[in-house]
Amino acid sequence: MASESSQHEAHHEVGHVVPVRILFATGMGLLALTVLTVVAASFDVGNLNIWIALAIAVLKGSLVVMFFMHLRYDRPFHGVVFVTSLAFVALFISFALTDTTEYAGDLNPGDAPKVVEKLTVLGE
Amino acid sequence: MTATEAHAHEHHDFLAHHWDTPEQQFEAGKLGMWLFLATEVLLFGGLFVGYSVWRGNHPELFKFGSQYLDTTMGAINTVVLILSSLTMAWAVTCAQRGNRKGLIIGLLLTLAGAGGFLGIKYVEYSHKFHEGWFPGAYFYNEPPEQSHTWDENLPVPGAVAADIPVPDTEARTIEQLGFPEDIPVETSTVAPPAEGPSGLVENALDVDRHEDEHVEHQIHALQSEDRPANAHMFFNIYFMMTGLHGLHVLVGVGVMIWLLIGAVKGRFNEKYFTPVDLGGLYWHIVDLIWIFLFPLFYLI
Repeated sequence: MASESSQHEAHHEVGHVVPVRILFATGMGLLALTVLTVVAASFDVGNLNIWIALAIAVLKGSLVVMFFMHLRYDRPFHGVVFVTSLAFVALFISFALTDTTEYAGDLNPGDAPKVVEKLTVLGE
Repeated sequence: MTATEAHAHEHHDFLAHHWDTPEQQFEAGKLGMWLFLATEVLLFGGLFVGYSVWRGNHPELFKFGSQYLDTTMGAINTVVLILSSLTMAWAVTCAQRGNRKGLIIGLLLTLAGAGGFLGIKYVEYSHKFHEGWFPGAYFYNEPPEQSHTWDENLPVPGAVAADIPVPDTEARTIEQLGFPEDIPVETSTVAPPAEGPSGLVENALDVDRHEDEHVEHQIHALQSEDRPANAHMFFNIYFMMTGLHGLHVLVGVGVMIWLLIGAVKGRFNEKYFTPVDLGGLYWHIVDLIWIFLFPLFYLI
């Protein structure tokens, strides 16, 4: 692989040329995973469904970023920039979710069923 | 002057005067693009936070609302966008190899994919608008004659307050205000904020429903008793996220046309393909966001 890329660099001053067969393989992989996620969604496995769907989406996203967007061959710093933005989104979501379903269910009865459910379980 | 220096100062038409080498120009552009992509992730990230919080509290709304999205259309759109991403990546490879014909064909195919995506999205949106599934307070709040699911026996929300007399602000006593004791003012059907569910649409729609049992069978599922309170919130988030994404696709169409003009004019070659590469990165991030939107809305 290293010799192949150095060969490319000899012909091209900048960037990395991703061979067409790798692009097609990536595209076919993405289509297969799309079929998989639709099929997986047709089975009801409760709360697991969302995690399966997200796992497949992350896998598809990685394929797009790594091969279509050349990050696999790109300068590592571009990856640092991109992954940092993803890490911040993960941080925002997880912080926001820490108090989701924790607010007073008695103030707005029926407003947030998950909250009411939780309070019922707690016996309040 | 050594041979190396002479090579470094070789003249390139595409090299802006403030860069030393084509490589420096390319790498600066590419880093700038990745920084922009990071802000795009954060822009959509805010909406994903909203999605997570609302779905955490109201999973039933998402289960319910998701039934009214067409999974087949969503899946077809996912395939269309993946294929257009593939043709874009192929166009970039062609540009890097100086294959102008391949670049033009690749861009045209990508453009076709973008058009197809927007076309399918248009069909989906117009179906929802036709049914009255608007976001927020406009949910079912359209003129009755425009919706075949609207039950004309139900009042139009927001149209109840018109007959209430405006009190004289100068008057001080009940007599001076001129309200007769049996004033036929309609009682508000809207619950006080702290007592009822947030959002007024549900309450307004509930007026007289129980008195008209005979029309119940004509009422569409979204107007029925089974509809969870605040069902419109699902459509808020759906329209906001897919709408912002659709706007990005529209911008992508503009970028493709611009690249196509450049390609036809022969602006790009194996030494200079930066705009094609960066336009491609933008198109792939649009695809990437849809990869997450599809399961989160259609496959619940």
